[in-house]
Amino acid sequence: MEVKLKVKRFDPEKSKDNIWYQDYNIDIHPSSTILDALINVREEVDGTLGLRCACRASICGSCGMKVNGQAKLVCKTRVEEIAPKGEILLIEPMGNHTIIRDLIVDISTFFAKIEQITPYLQPDSEPETGEFIVSNESMDKLLTEMNCIMCGLCVSDCTVLEVDKTFIGPAALAKASRFVYDPRDDQTNQRLNYLNDEQGGIWDCTRCMQCVEVCPKGVSPMDRIMDLRESAIEIGAKKTHGYHHTNSFEKSVTANGRLDETRLAIESAGIFNISRLIDLIPVGLKALIRGKLPPLFPHKAEDNKKIQELAKKIKEDK
Amino acid sequence: MKFAFYPGCVARGGTPELLSSSLAVLEKLEIEVEELTKAGCTGAGVLQEKNPLLGDTINVRTLAMAEEKKLPIMTLCSTCQGVLSQANHKVKKDKDYLKKINELLKEEGYEYKGTTDVKHLLWILVEDYGLDKLKDHFIKKLSGLSFAPFYGCYMVRPSEALGFDEKPERQMYLEKIIESVGATAIEFPGKFSCCGFPVLFINQTNSLKMVSNHTGSAKDLGADAMVTPCPLCHLNLDGYQGKARKNNRGDKADLPIIHMPQMMALAMGIETKEIGLARHIVSTEEFVNKI
Repeated sequence: MEVKLKVKRFDPEKSKDNIWYQDYNIDIHPSSTILDALINVREEVDGTLGLRCACRASICGSCGMKVNGQAKLVCKTRVEEIAPKGEILLIEPMGNHTIIRDLIVDISTFFAKIEQITPYLQPDSEPETGEFIVSNESMDKLLTEMNCIMCGLCVSDCTVLEVDKTFIGPAALAKASRFVYDPRDDQTNQRLNYLNDEQGGIWDCTRCMQCVEVCPKGVSPMDRIMDLRESAIEIGAKKTHGYHHTNSFEKSVTANGRLDETRLAIESAGIFNISRLIDLIPVGLKALIRGKLPPLFPHKAEDNKKIQELAKKIKEDK
Repeated sequence: MKFAFYPGCVARGGTPELLSSSLAVLEKLEIEVEELTKAGCTGAGVLQEKNPLLGDTINVRTLAMAEEKKLPIMTLCSTCQGVLSQANHKVKKDKDYLKKINELLKEEGYEYKGTTDVKHLLWILVEDYGLDKLKDHFIKKLSGLSFAPFYGCYMVRPSEALGFDEKPERQMYLEKIIESVGATAIEFPGKFSCCGFPVLFINQTNSLKMVSNHTGSAKDLGADAMVTPCPLCHLNLDGYQGKARKNNRGDKADLPIIHMPQMMALAMGIETKEIGLARHIVSTEEFVNKI
């Protein structure tokens, strides 16, 4: 079949702004991967096209790039799956990484984030004899995190990293959870307190699910971040706006069956945090004038006592 | 055509114009709805951070209510759609978990069997009502207007729980509706991005950067307005656009954020007062005058 590739090119040797899109039309077998197509271009059409790959079997994680705007391992992505009717395939380097050349990105910032979460076990003591023995069940929870191949796709499409480089990011936070929940590690609370930080920590994730969607190994980084949030709350790390936000949400849903938006805004800011509360006033006033201010006395779900009873029962069972 | 109606908390709170415009459109289309008045909030993924079991239980309870009525659920909000779909997907895959939740719901007399379909109004219009039939109602074509589509995260992710494997075309429905009213859907790269609302009260700096990036780039691409099926995206992109644009681009809020049913209502010739365009924080006056 004929494949039409539109590839984003960048050659830093000439100038920093030397970016252009180049079209390649090639003929390949329909079951080929996008990586096969790109290698074909490099070997047969244009030897100057820069790309990185190694295993060609979605194990090494080297060939991450954007296909039609979404990060993918191109060795795992078949042409006919994305462009069954020979549509143009837009190929660009991964996002949130510095580009070295064409489709090759610098992964040093990716690994700097991994380093940030102390990516090794920190036991308080050595086992008296032999090795650490742990139960199979205790390792079950780690199986998803351990599948990570560090390909960087989740980082590429993370909507928070697009606006805030201080965010630890989905890959490093998923890696952090791998140590938080490892029974051999004795720094659980210290780790959770560090990750709970207001600047760049677990509460900065917007839960947009891009990382869940693009991860080729089912690590589901966002779900790992949600686990970490729950665990941070459990150890009493509650001095964050994120905690106040989820806590307020739970309280209003439990009390009314519905969300109380006014209460959520005030309690998330912190009821004694004067500057944050003052900050809410301009938008609140505009909303009031336009008749958009949520009701001061919230709507309740009919028979909302039933939801209160459910919440009570779940709390008792815990 | 009848649905179990789940308008969501925000349509009854911060965006009453979404509810009024939706009801006006549904009436014109003669789509019947019966509200699930006892249903609780989905938890929006926020409750799930602290108490996932309570979130899932409330959602399965809602699914069971609709199942009892033998009706599919209609949502008006991307977040409600996503979180209800996620809960539905989870219990359909994990029968033990469903059993545990049904045990909790037993006292109230609910037992969810896993048969309820959850559909956003956007999906219903394309899949159940049909675009051809819909177009017959658009008497006032919005030709000459360009809209940037903005879906809201939970309308498109996770794709598995939202049935995208069977219906990948769901990621183009909003453009289809925009085109059916006679307007142009611009190619907007940020259409599946996060609006920033979930961190508005947690990290406002980041949230506002997202608002500024999306509204600014849509304007740069020539959009007259942005159209969204999600009231949470609307709240952030509309309510905070002024501050976001001032802080990040040094310009002013100039992009009206229109709820999808409002756009349809305009094309149906429904009175602007009824659909609440005057309630928006970013003025819609210039936009309405263009019609």
